[in-house]
Amino acid sequence: MESPTIFRAEGLTKIYDMGEVQVVALRDVDFTLLEGELLVLLGASGSGKSTLLNILGGLDSPTEGSVWYRDQKLNTDNEDELTEYRRHHVGFVFQFYNLIPSLTARENVALVTEIAEDPMPPAEALELVGLKERIDHFPAQLSGGEQQRVAIARAVAKRPQVLLCDEPTGALDLETGRIVLRALERVNNELGTAIAVITHNAAIAGMGDRIVRMSSGRIASDERNPHRTHIDEITW
Amino acid sequence: MRALRKKLGRDLWHNRGQVLSIAAVVATAIMTVLSMRGTYESLVVARDDFYQESAFPHIWANLERAPESVRGRLEAIDGVSAVDTRIRFMANLQLDNRDVPATGLFSSVDPDVRSLGQLVLRSGRLPGIRERDRVVVNEKFAEANELEEGDAFGGIINGQMRRLQVVGIAISPEYMYPLAPGSIFPDNETFGLVWMGRETLAAESDMEGAFNEVALQLQGSAQEEAVIDELDRVLKPYGGLGGYGRAEQISHQFLEGELTQNRNTGTLIPAVFLAVVAFLLNIVLRRLVDTQRQEIAVLKAFGYTNRDVGWFYLRFALLAVFIGTVAGIGFGVWFGNVMVEMYKEFFVFPDLQYRFGFDLVMIAVVISILSAAIGALGGVRSATGLPPAEAMRPKSPAHFRPGIFERMGFEEWLSSTARMVLRNIERQPVKSILSALGVAFSVSVLVLGMFMFDAIEYMMDLQFNKVQREDISVVFERPLPESVEIELEHMPAVTRAEVYRAVPVRLIHGHLEKEAGITGRRLDDELQRIIDEDGRPIRLPPDGLVLSRYLADQLGLKHPGPIRAEILEGSRPERTVQVVDIVDDFLGASAYMELEGLHRLAGGVRSVNGANLKLAPGTRDAVMSELARKPSVSGVSSPRKMYEIFRQQMDEGFLLGVFFLVFFSSIIALAVIYNGARIALSERGRELASLRVLGFSKQEVAVLLFSEQALITLVAIPIGWLLGYWMSWAMVNAFVTESYRIPFIVDAGTFTFSAAATIVAAVISSLVVRRRLNRYDLISVLKTRD
Ligand SMILES: Nc1ncnc2c1ncn2[C@@H]1O[C@H](COP(=O)(O)OP(=O)(O)O)[C@@H](O)[C@H]1O
Ligand SMILES: [Mg+2]
Repeated sequence: MESPTIFRAEGLTKIYDMGEVQVVALRDVDFTLLEGELLVLLGASGSGKSTLLNILGGLDSPTEGSVWYRDQKLNTDNEDELTEYRRHHVGFVFQFYNLIPSLTARENVALVTEIAEDPMPPAEALELVGLKERIDHFPAQLSGGEQQRVAIARAVAKRPQVLLCDEPTGALDLETGRIVLRALERVNNELGTAIAVITHNAAIAGMGDRIVRMSSGRIASDERNPHRTHIDEITW
Repeated sequence: MRALRKKLGRDLWHNRGQVLSIAAVVATAIMTVLSMRGTYESLVVARDDFYQESAFPHIWANLERAPESVRGRLEAIDGVSAVDTRIRFMANLQLDNRDVPATGLFSSVDPDVRSLGQLVLRSGRLPGIRERDRVVVNEKFAEANELEEGDAFGGIINGQMRRLQVVGIAISPEYMYPLAPGSIFPDNETFGLVWMGRETLAAESDMEGAFNEVALQLQGSAQEEAVIDELDRVLKPYGGLGGYGRAEQISHQFLEGELTQNRNTGTLIPAVFLAVVAFLLNIVLRRLVDTQRQEIAVLKAFGYTNRDVGWFYLRFALLAVFIGTVAGIGFGVWFGNVMVEMYKEFFVFPDLQYRFGFDLVMIAVVISILSAAIGALGGVRSATGLPPAEAMRPKSPAHFRPGIFERMGFEEWLSSTARMVLRNIERQPVKSILSALGVAFSVSVLVLGMFMFDAIEYMMDLQFNKVQREDISVVFERPLPESVEIELEHMPAVTRAEVYRAVPVRLIHGHLEKEAGITGRRLDDELQRIIDEDGRPIRLPPDGLVLSRYLADQLGLKHPGPIRAEILEGSRPERTVQVVDIVDDFLGASAYMELEGLHRLAGGVRSVNGANLKLAPGTRDAVMSELARKPSVSGVSSPRKMYEIFRQQMDEGFLLGVFFLVFFSSIIALAVIYNGARIALSERGRELASLRVLGFSKQEVAVLLFSEQALITLVAIPIGWLLGYWMSWAMVNAFVTESYRIPFIVDAGTFTFSAAATIVAAVISSLVVRRRLNRYDLISVLKTRD
């Protein structure tokens, strides 16, 4: 049985108008993300991956095309509606961790749980990413990988239906990167959260249920991966 | 370097709000220096020149009457370099186009002798010494009554109405502040100075070959006190009323008070502004350099030196200082001229021109640039202290720790966002404290300014609504029997008359002594009362003396007790008198006694010198004219009318004054809060963008950003109140003169207003920064490294 879709995008086009030049970041892209799946988005730098994810997550609006979240069409021009949407349904993880330096790990997570509808306790979210013993540390006292795991805990604490990760391991070395990926996998397995991970690193692709390749603002291929690679086998 | 210059242009444009806000503070600093200190210096120069040219006396004394032959004995006093004897008396004037009589202070003048306190003619000539009915009047009086050379007015001299023709218009250094005896601010319509030829005036007033006022100039080395003692000794047989120096000369005293105030505020206010400039330039440049550490590393890698880079950022400050200086000089010169013109309304100078020195501007500019340089170099040094490779890496997260409230156990109460705000404030304690101090200054300037208005208002209300409740007061030409009261009460329009006796005395306590007048009144007097500082009437004791606190202090008298009183009229007895009460009042240096007691103390005939009258409504002008024509009356004045004039001047000046106060103080608050918010935005833009990604609304993020400024403002307000309260108190203590003391009235309205104005300024600054926050591009912030 096919799982229900979380996102459905139709005919997405994004053009950055830079005055003299126009950069077409997305060209008429159709895309779906299914519930509970771990999707890896591959492609060369500049191929439009981030743009696609940002539009799906309500951070940016397309020049043309529509996005549905479950049955609901996103009104991508309405700032308040997008804010509500991000607040309750989508979690983000970026290459740069973007933690609040003045707050401890627990407080960084609490920032979100204080405004969410049915959050998990911050300690539980941090335990999920294996940072229980670092709970009262400030970002300056954490390593890069630890900071990224706090960012993941912060993103999942509100129990979002989907987690969007833009090159989450981009700034990390192999071993630390694996720890972060394991945290994502665990979220996917234990909470059933759908996850889309952007990477330009093909080696990571094997961990996904589905691998989508982009090039020049188009979806070049979209294939299922019946045998997810074990993360310990990933190298780069 | 062309590329660098282009970058400077872009940076300046990006930070134009900060450049302009700092320029505004610089401009205000320079404007206040130029206008306030400039006015002060202009006034001092003009006054000193006038004093010098006109041979302004050092000592004056009034007396009953002495023959000219006494003059030689005065000249012989050790330390005296010049003596000027005069005839002087008060008389009523009747102007053709006015219903209300005016009072003239007539003085003798001799065109052939260079006298002390020499008149400066504005037009026309002096009357000859024997010329009849030809007079010179003071300029303010002429202006107020539209008198020109050739015009004439009535004067009641020695009981006879005379037509006096104006032959000249002059100013006198002794009346730069032309105040009628006994009043507190000038009313040029009803008080004029009239100079007449010496011989004529002597003949008119039975003073041939005699004088009743003397002025002295001293040699440089002379001791004023010693000369006054000797002068008093010589004049004693001639009804001398005691000599006094410049410090007690009314016009000099008022001018001096104004100058002191001008100097103090003209130093304090620009200093505050400069301190704020120094602080802002320092933090803004430091922050600017900090945000650009990577670019600086690149520049350094290309081989630019620290000096090159520092100089590059310093130009940012130089531009702000330059714009501020140019604007400040422009506005300062304009405002200085306005202030000088305003002074000309009240004070009379032969040649008062606004002038200013660039030395003060230089000081302001140097302080601004130095503080900018320190900020820029500090920032550059910390940015370049790292090797280029390291500086190009993103800064690792700043170090934080739990805030003081959490350590105190309030942790549970604070949301994560509240913790962010508190920790950010605590992480940069010096910056937070200085910001709060800046805002506090802005509050305190308002408190001080409003206090000044309130104090004057209170003083005048007390004086005219509680102390002097009569419609008109009358001074008799010479002492009259008490029965004159009945006569006055029988006048149709008079509903109540209260006579009083004024006796000149020298009060002596230990080695301290002071000339004063004792006013004798009846116990049941209602029109004039003794009022203490809280506005409560004090009952006149049946026996003994009530003194102003000021007078008691001059005599070193802390508590009621016996003092000696030398009566300066009649047989000049010296007696012991009991001081039974000391009253904290604000105007004049007064001594009161029950009338009978005063008769016993002073001896002589039971006479009175004046009366206060309550009139039927609408009869004031007619009664004043009628009384002014009586030979026995030498002066008629209306405190009511004076109060009306005061109210009018006050209401006009008040709005303008409040406008400038709010303007000045808002500039500080605006600049401090705007720059604080801008810096917070540039330091934490990334944080705020993260919050937006996490689902915080624009509103919530804005609240978070401005909470820090709001908290600083809220902490600053009570500090500003305290500071303003203290400055007001210092002001009160700096102005204790014989003519007036400032009541210490800082009421709730002042506190509320100062807080409200500052909060409005804070909100406006926040709204400006909020526009920038709204334009923030979420994604591009998150894509870039710090
Ligand atoms: N804010 C922007 N303004 C202009 N062009 C942009 C902006 N963001 C992205 N682009 C351009 O759009 C294209 C796709 O970018 P992006 O989605 O970030 O690619 P990817 O994430 O695959 O590297 C690129 O050519 C990029 O230069
Ligand atoms: Mg990308």
